Amino acid sequence: MSPHGNPEVPASSATEINREAPKASPTAAPAETSGNAWGLWEVFVRSSRGLSHVHAGSLHAPDAAMALRNARDLYTRRNEGVSIWVVPADAIASSDPDAKGAFFESPQGKDYRHATYYTKSEGVKHL
Amino acid sequence: MAAQNLQSVPDQPAAPQEAKAQDQLEADGQAYFDRVMADDSRIEPKDWMPAAYRKTLLRQISQHAHSEIIGMQPEANWISRAPSLKRKAILMAKVQDEAGHGLYLYSAAETLGQSRDQMMDDLIAGKARYSSIFNYPALTWADMGAIGWLVDGAAICNQVPLCRASYGPYGRAMVRICKEESFHQRQGFEILLELSNGTPAQKQMAQDAVNRWYAPALMMFGPPDDDSPNSKQSMAWNIKRFSNDELRSRFVGMMVEQVRVLGLTLPDSEVRFNEDTKKWEHGPLDWDEFKEVLAGRGPCNSQRLERRRQAHDDGAWVREAAAAYAHKKSMKTKEFAA
Amino acid sequence: MTAPEQTETAGHGDISVGVAGAGASGDGSASATRITPGNALRPEDIALEVRTGLARPTGDVAEYALRLGDDALILAQRLGHWISRAPELEEDVALGNIALDQLGHARSFLSYAAGVWDKTEDDLAYFRREHEFRSAHLFEQPNGDFAVTIARQFVVSYYQFELYRRLTESTDATLAAIAAKAVKEVDYHRDHSAQWVLRLAGGTDESRKRMIHGLKLIWPYVGELFEDDELVTRLAEAGAAVEPSSLEADFDRLTGEVLKEAELEVPDVPAAPGGGRRGKHSEHLGYVLAEMQVLAREHPGASW
Repeated sequence: MSPHGNPEVPASSATEINREAPKASPTAAPAETSGNAWGLWEVFVRSSRGLSHVHAGSLHAPDAAMALRNARDLYTRRNEGVSIWVVPADAIASSDPDAKGAFFESPQGKDYRHATYYTKSEGVKHL
Repeated sequence: MAAQNLQSVPDQPAAPQEAKAQDQLEADGQAYFDRVMADDSRIEPKDWMPAAYRKTLLRQISQHAHSEIIGMQPEANWISRAPSLKRKAILMAKVQDEAGHGLYLYSAAETLGQSRDQMMDDLIAGKARYSSIFNYPALTWADMGAIGWLVDGAAICNQVPLCRASYGPYGRAMVRICKEESFHQRQGFEILLELSNGTPAQKQMAQDAVNRWYAPALMMFGPPDDDSPNSKQSMAWNIKRFSNDELRSRFVGMMVEQVRVLGLTLPDSEVRFNEDTKKWEHGPLDWDEFKEVLAGRGPCNSQRLERRRQAHDDGAWVREAAAAYAHKKSMKTKEFAA
Repeated sequence: MTAPEQTETAGHGDISVGVAGAGASGDGSASATRITPGNALRPEDIALEVRTGLARPTGDVAEYALRLGDDALILAQRLGHWISRAPELEEDVALGNIALDQLGHARSFLSYAAGVWDKTEDDLAYFRREHEFRSAHLFEQPNGDFAVTIARQFVVSYYQFELYRRLTESTDATLAAIAAKAVKEVDYHRDHSAQWVLRLAGGTDESRKRMIHGLKLIWPYVGELFEDDELVTRLAEAGAAVEPSSLEADFDRLTGEVLKEAELEVPDVPAAPGGGRRGKHSEHLGYVLAEMQVLAREHPGASW
């Protein structure tokens, strides 16, 4: 991991500076820069240990290494995070917003998946 | 748009049928959009949206972004001369925040399908608008106070309701911006308070700055409601939550309170609370001047654009270098993988 | 300031998104906008310790702190100019962060040094004359184009890192504490400059040409950074300061590694004589100070 992703890691010696971003998808390379314009990256920030990374916003950067650093400068100026992910914007596949429910209909009404469905055991200890 | 992905498309669509299917898609999209508006829910980037909604948002968000970026200049002008190291640090952090805010907003605008490069080109070419207030000069240190207190104060009044704008990325950008800006107005207020309690020359400086920034700050809310043709549509689309005059009136009320704490006065003898309407009223504003400045004939319009153009042009070789380096690196990675 | 009304348009009122659960993710408390001031040594803390007599430098330590403080102050003044002028918005923010770090270090060192003369950081920053400043010439060099600024940052950050790393073990507790905060920040400055040296050197023909030129312009001022004199020798013997000459080997090695990776040479240029530690400055400093001090001096004794 980059020494600067996590402020809890002590200052490294110079030789340990990791100049490459840790794990940017290599297939994302074409997304990184098109022509001379810097590519768009999505930034995810973990606000403290034990929590998920949450989408914080986007930024432009020529490559993953700079995207991480820009994200650090831009999205953690007020201690918002202890870890950052950056992802090329076009590497994200998303569900179709026009599915109009079909995609998410199935879980509706399946209340037997939830503890609250089981009323007869209510009040029984440790259940 | 990904709109047709889940629609069943006939194997061999005849032309008229296809047109009909397209109409149906539009109608479905509109119905969905209307329901989202009625529920006061949010539209997200890949949702269907009316072309006019997209256009209005793109215009508003990009103008907002441009305002942040151009708005850096009058304050950046004083970083080097800030009269104490603490003030220097605060001002630097504030102007830096504005770069960040411009960036968040450009990102939100990009989700509507226009690149930041294009928006920046439009700005530099003078084709895009930004808040006319940044075309006024920051002449003294007290202007740092007045800009923070009045200009950021007005901006916050405008922006807090925008956190609930119907377009998701815009609302989310505004949440982040409002959180960060909470110190901007306070630091301005404290600059003025310190000056007001200082030497007579300092107090005079503070009053003079308030006098110059008051009217332009009030005009930041936009033209009066009866002269603001787009407002109604923006309110129907849940982009705008309160009318220009409504926000302006609330802002005046807050300033009346705060200026007393400052020991200064507002340069407006007609400020009063109207008991009938329960609204704060203010003296007449010079809307002709507003339009002139907006049209490019303000004190600093060309200076501001030139500065932005120069920074953009001077940086071109750096952006190209970083892009070229990234390209070379990814080619190497591919060679290695092959 | 009066308490803000809790309406949705109040200055600092509730910033609600108006959507139930918006922003919540798998874990309800995860957030990308939770902000805190953090917990670290601030210049104000040092000023307070000095004012209350908890910390007081010796005359020698104060002189030494002036050097480090002036270096950081003049650099912050230079870097601040980039905000609103950087090659890309992301870089406006990055250079702004570095400038703010440097300004923080300057304020800490100056607040501490000021204690010996019963003065404040602002007395030292705004009311000393040019020959009373102790900055090295490197920090006074103009920004030039982005490559010159990066070349200057490259040298500064590798020098400051080696210095602060050792200074964390100073027998002077305040110097050690300031260094402990600064070394982590400067570590990032090192990374920032190294990233850019690699990109500019390995980018386009033009950027490579400019990077080489930038290093050439900056390198004459490297030597001054590693010169010892009586003051630092005396302080180093007491364990309070670091002898500049002791940093040079690590500086050469580490900068050399980056330059090698960037396929650049250490510029073969004659060293300038320096003299900043004795109050003999470059032509540039007078202008920097004139601009920095003009307003404060117009209103002597005023509070801001």
